Amino acid sequence: MTKHTLSILVENKHGVLARVAALISRRGFNIDSLAVGPTEHPEVSRMTIAVSVDEQPLEQITKQLNKLINVIKIVELEPTQTVQRELLLVKVKADTLTRGQVLETVQLFRAKVVDVAPDAITIEATGNPEKLEAMLRVLEPFGVRELVQSGMVAIGRGSRSISDRTLRPVPVPPPFVQSGTPAIQAQPPERHTSSTHHPVPAPPPGRPVAPARHG
Amino acid sequence: MSEQLTGAQALIRALEHAGVDTVFGIPGGAILPAYDPMLDSTQIRHILVRHEQGAGHAAQGYASATGKTGVCMATSGPGATNLVTPIADAYMDSVPLVAITGQVASAAIGTDAFQEADIRGITMPITKHNFLVNDPNDIATTIAEAFHIASTGRPGPVLVDVTKDAMQAKVDFVWPTELSLPGYRPVTRPHPKQVREAARLITAAEKPVLYVGGGVIRAKAEVELKELAELLGIPVVTTLMARGALPDTHELHFGMPGMHGSVSAVGALQRSDLLITLGARFDDRVTGKLDSFAPDAKVIHADIDPAEIGKNRVADVPIVGDCKEVITDLIAALRTEIANSGRTPSYDTWRNQLVSVRKNYPLGYDEPEDGSLSPQYVIQRIGQIAGPDAIYTSGVGQHQMWSAHYLPFEKPRHWLNSGGLGTMGYSVPAAMGAKVARPDKTVWAIDGDGCFQMTNQELVTCALEGIPIKVAVINNQSLGMVRQWQTLFYDKRYSSTDLHSNRIPDFAKLAEAMGGVGLRCSDKASVDATIEKAMAVTDQPVVVDFVVHRDAMVWPMVAAGVSNDEIQIARDMAPQWDSEEL
Repeated sequence: MTKHTLSILVENKHGVLARVAALISRRGFNIDSLAVGPTEHPEVSRMTIAVSVDEQPLEQITKQLNKLINVIKIVELEPTQTVQRELLLVKVKADTLTRGQVLETVQLFRAKVVDVAPDAITIEATGNPEKLEAMLRVLEPFGVRELVQSGMVAIGRGSRSISDRTLRPVPVPPPFVQSGTPAIQAQPPERHTSSTHHPVPAPPPGRPVAPARHG
Repeated sequence: MSEQLTGAQALIRALEHAGVDTVFGIPGGAILPAYDPMLDSTQIRHILVRHEQGAGHAAQGYASATGKTGVCMATSGPGATNLVTPIADAYMDSVPLVAITGQVASAAIGTDAFQEADIRGITMPITKHNFLVNDPNDIATTIAEAFHIASTGRPGPVLVDVTKDAMQAKVDFVWPTELSLPGYRPVTRPHPKQVREAARLITAAEKPVLYVGGGVIRAKAEVELKELAELLGIPVVTTLMARGALPDTHELHFGMPGMHGSVSAVGALQRSDLLITLGARFDDRVTGKLDSFAPDAKVIHADIDPAEIGKNRVADVPIVGDCKEVITDLIAALRTEIANSGRTPSYDTWRNQLVSVRKNYPLGYDEPEDGSLSPQYVIQRIGQIAGPDAIYTSGVGQHQMWSAHYLPFEKPRHWLNSGGLGTMGYSVPAAMGAKVARPDKTVWAIDGDGCFQMTNQELVTCALEGIPIKVAVINNQSLGMVRQWQTLFYDKRYSSTDLHSNRIPDFAKLAEAMGGVGLRCSDKASVDATIEKAMAVTDQPVVVDFVVHRDAMVWPMVAAGVSNDEIQIARDMAPQWDSEEL
């Protein structure tokens, strides 16, 4: 099994995250990390999903995801051609004795201190998953009191955008829009609201509407 | 151009604009607003069913018999959840279906309100798409989108859940002229390069088989299929969902493949060197043990759903497209290929081998030794008397397989059954839907005594609404297919499969009680007369209780989980492959 990063452009409609997550789970795959957020187009959201899966099942997941009506586009991002980032907030034990060492680690990994208490420091770090893992290994001996981590977001290197072309919605001409006179003439709305008597319409011609025969 | 309507009126108007003429459903609290304008529609006939499952299957039957989109309607909560089975069934068998459900008022959503169920969440995995509409301005567009999605690409069920307050609000009715579905662009036109590659493989093959699935029927590509098969004389097998895509009597037709397929069809696939797969999906009931399925065959796989290609079996030549267009282009490409090479391939040797297998291993059955009625005989006679012009539906189990074997399949959309989901209880409501859609046709539901007891209440609907279907209950007093497996694999320990339906219920009396005609037949001599009598009734539903031998089995059979090469034509009897040099 290998790690893959999928970037999924979806319509910004409610329920889309549930559809994507549920599909991946019911086809028997595990999501390693997932991040959702807005894009440069207000009607489009972007999901970054990391999954550990072999090549062939990955193709099947991608095809199944593509079948979701709200999914506009799926791109697999190659790690070497991609900038990947996660955000980590971690609360580490640090008293007067150890604070200096912890701060040294923070500098080493170009992280930031965002809160200090007498016995703890809260650190914010961004980076690719490997860097954050390395930093945590160094911090662990001091005592990690609490940790929260975002899903990975990723973007391809270079000037190309995965949303270049696909974001222009393609109107689907409905084949069933009636041209000319509709089969059924519009009824004035008053008819529905003012009348207490609803005549039963005669059944369309050609259909048998025979009363039941008992016995 | 717009007009002030209530959301409910807009809903009914939108259904009319979508071309709906029939809705199967049951009203209830949350959907109640929609039923008021329904009363005024002269275009839409609402058929009040007796259970929402019946509404769903009826809409499926309507759709499968015509190719049009079937419509069912139910209220929130239990009404909606009762639609789950037919929706799942339509999803598995790619039936265009639009299900409209009422939902509690938007302010009450999430409060565990009376009759509240998150039907959109429930049906997410079993619909092609679904909607929750709580803005009345979205009703018309959503209905337009629902019909577009259900009927195009790979057809499937779409559920539209509409809140009660959206139906009660006032709205300007605007029927959309275009839809914005940026994530939905089904490919119907096959890639020319892939088609040329397929043509090249076909002309190079020695033992090609057209493995035809339900997609050919959904694409209405039967004419093209016949032309393709006849162009080079390629043998054809039709899956359970494709029965009727090529006439059974056609000389190139070698039967139905699969677990209960004919020896010639199973053998054709197993020994083939090229599967030309059209709108089929390598279902486990067709392939048996996947890694020993058609071991020497290359695969051309054409399907409108890209996700089907390569899902179970790797395709050498994948073609995404609508079967009608694929076959049309393939015929043209084959003609070009033949013209360019100056050589017309001949599959005579291969075809002759298959012809001899078909001749040596025809479908057949032994008459029961105790003189009781043979279920296969009953089904065969119904088929012969009602003929290939009748529409047949079936439930799921032994009677379904016997129907697939012994009914006369000469035309598409005349055989409706639950293939993928295997839903017992499908046949009576589906027959009702088919009869409503095709009132000119004789519609026979071939049902089992187990299946019939799941959905027979729709006979009441048929009686009251003037839908004269005919039901043959193949009554072997058991859950026959399960009993067959218990006989074969569980040492005849018949756990919970005896239905005692020779005693209770009395199916004929039940039919009478529900406003139909009830007949009973238990001996071979009166089978024809009974069928004729049923055929003569044209103004009421008819139920014939055919009391048959309980231990008749479905043969041929490939046991679950083994290679198709292990096919048995009767218990402990395998065909002689080697002597046929296949």
